[in-house]
Amino acid sequence: MNFDLRLPLGLIFTIYGIILLGTGLTSTPEMIRQTLGQNITLGWGVVQLLFGLAMLFLSRKK
Amino acid sequence: MNPISAIHLGPVDYGILVVYFAFVLGIGFALKRSMKGSGDFFLSGRSIPAWVTGLAFLSANLGAQEVIGMAASGAKYGLMTSHFYWVGAIPAMVFLAIFMMPFYYGSKARSVPEYLKLRFDEKTRGFNAISFAVMTIFSSGISLHALAKLLETLVHWNYWTCITVSALIVLVYIFLGGLTSAIYNEVLQFFMIVMGFAPLVYLALQDAGGWTVLKEKLIPVATAQGFAPGTWSQSWAHLGNPVENPMGVGWFGMVMGLGFVLSFGYWCTDFLVVQRAMAADSMSSARRTPLIAAIPKMLFPALVILPGMIAIALHQQSGGMFLPTAADGTPDYNMVIPTLLAKYLPTGLLGIGFTALMASFMSGMAGNVTAFNTVWTYDIYQSYLAPNKTDAHYLWMGRFATVFGILISIAAAFLASQFNNIMDMLQLVFGFVNAPLFATFLLGMFWRRTTGHGAFWGLLGGTLSAAIFHGLALAKGCVPGIKGGWLHPMFPFQSEMGQNFWMAIVAWSACFGLTVLISLLTRRTKSDEELKGLVYSLTPKPKSEDEAWYKRPVLVGVLVMIAVVILNLLFL
Repeated sequence: MNFDLRLPLGLIFTIYGIILLGTGLTSTPEMIRQTLGQNITLGWGVVQLLFGLAMLFLSRKK
Repeated sequence: MNPISAIHLGPVDYGILVVYFAFVLGIGFALKRSMKGSGDFFLSGRSIPAWVTGLAFLSANLGAQEVIGMAASGAKYGLMTSHFYWVGAIPAMVFLAIFMMPFYYGSKARSVPEYLKLRFDEKTRGFNAISFAVMTIFSSGISLHALAKLLETLVHWNYWTCITVSALIVLVYIFLGGLTSAIYNEVLQFFMIVMGFAPLVYLALQDAGGWTVLKEKLIPVATAQGFAPGTWSQSWAHLGNPVENPMGVGWFGMVMGLGFVLSFGYWCTDFLVVQRAMAADSMSSARRTPLIAAIPKMLFPALVILPGMIAIALHQQSGGMFLPTAADGTPDYNMVIPTLLAKYLPTGLLGIGFTALMASFMSGMAGNVTAFNTVWTYDIYQSYLAPNKTDAHYLWMGRFATVFGILISIAAAFLASQFNNIMDMLQLVFGFVNAPLFATFLLGMFWRRTTGHGAFWGLLGGTLSAAIFHGLALAKGCVPGIKGGWLHPMFPFQSEMGQNFWMAIVAWSACFGLTVLISLLTRRTKSDEELKGLVYSLTPKPKSEDEAWYKRPVLVGVLVMIAVVILNLLFL
C-alpha cells in the first residue's frame, strides 16, 4: 500500500516554514525594502509552517 | 532602474532547492516497495484518492512552459489570455468528468489508445499509440531544453549539467516509483507553485497600485499598440473582429477553435492528463478528478496571467525599462516571471519561487515520461512486439522504457538546441495529428454505428485536411513555408493563433464528416454486447445519488460551470 502523501507534504512545508521564519526574523533592512517595506518572508513562513503542521496532523489522524 | 536579467541565489535558496530534491527522490525510494506488478507501475494500482489525482491532473498540464508562457501571454495579450482557462479548459474538464470518464475508467482500458482498440480496432489504436508516443517523448525533450536554456541565462549554470542532473532526478524517481511517484511529485509541485508565486503576485500587484490602478496603467499599453483602451483588461469586449485585439482572433474562432476543438481534444483525449484520473481508487474518484482540478484551474489566471499584466504595465510606465528588451525594442515576454522573481523576492522566498519553477519543469517532463512508458509498454510492446509475456516482464519493460524514453528526451533536447526548425516542424505535425482527435472520440462514445474503418480513415483524413489547410492559410506578416501557405496562400489570417484555431475547426469537421460517411458505408464489426461499457447508449449510468452532494459529478460539474460563467461576466 502507498504511504499517505500528506506526510511528505507536511514535512517539507514544516521545514520550509521554519527556514522562512528564521530568514524573516533575521531580515536585513534591504530585504524589507525589496518586499515594499513589510516582512513578507516572516508572514509567509508562518503560513507555510501552519500548512505543513496541518498536513502532518491530518496524516497522523487516520 | 535597469531590467534584471539574472537571479542571485543565496545559501538559503540553495538549501531550499536541495531539500526539494531530497524529498522528490525520497518519495521515489519510499514508493519502491509498492511497485509489485505492472498495474502498480503504470496505473498506481488504481489506488489513489481523488484529491491527489485531481491536483496531479492539474499539475501534469502545469509545466514550466505553461507557467512562463501564460505569464508571457498575459503581458502580450492581457486578460484575454484567461480564455485558455475559462473557455479553453474548464468546460472540457467538466465534460470529461461527467460524460467520458465512465468509459475510460469503466472499460478497464489501461490507456487511451487501448480504449480505441476496445471501441474500434487495432489500426486506430496503433495510429494513436505511435503518434502519441513520439509526441510525448519529444515534448519531454523540449521541456528539458527549455529548462536548461532558462537556467543557463538566469543562474549561469552549465547547459549540459542542467540537462543531465534534471533528467537523472526524473529518471530515478519514476524508475523507482512509477506513476505513483510522478503523481505524488506533481501534487508537491502544485503546492510549491502556489506557495512560491502567491507572494510574488501579492507584492507585484501592490507595487502596481492594486487592481483598479493596474487597469488604468494598462490603458497606455493598449493605445500605444493601436487598440482600444480596455483591450488589456477585458476578456470578451474586443473579440468582435480579429483586428481589434492583439491575439488577432475573433469570438467564433476562439469559442469553436480553442474552446471546443482544441480544448476538448486535449483535456478529454490526451493520455498525459487522463492517465491521472485513471489511477483513481474508484469510479467516483475518477469522475471527481477533473472536477477537483477545475476549481484551482479557474483561479490560476491570478497566479500565472496576472503577473504578465502587471509586468507589462510597469514596463510601459517605466518607459521600457522593466523587462529586458530585444534589439528592436520589443520586450522579452518570456522573462516576465524571472524578472518578477528577481525584483520582488528576497533570499528565502526567492528559493521557494525558484524551486517552484524547477519543480514544474521536472514534473512536466515526468508527466510525459510516465505517459510514454505506459503507451509504449502496453500499446506498442505488448500489442505488437512481445505479447503473452509475464507481468514481471512488462514491469521490467516499463522501467527499461523509462530509461530509454529519457535518453531519447535528452537526444531531442540536443536536437532542439542545435536545430530550432526541426522542433517547429515537429510541433506543427503534432498539431495536425491532434486537431481532429476529439471528433473520433465523440462519435465513438456517443454513436454506436461508428465503425473502426470510419474512425481510422476519418482520423487520417482529418489530419490530412489540417495539413492542407495549413498549406493554404497564412497569417499576416509571415512568409510562406513552415508558418503556412506552402501550397498556395489563399486564406489570410490576422495572426498565427487565429490560423491555428481555424485549422483545428477544419480538421475536426473533416474528421467528423468523413467518420460518419465511412461508418455508414462500412459494416459494423462490434456487436452491441461488445460495445457495452464503451458507448454511451449501451452503458448503464453510474449511480451517485446516495453519495454526499459534493461527491456527485453532475451537481459539482454544474456548479463549476456556473462559477466559470460568473468569472467570464466579471471580467467581460
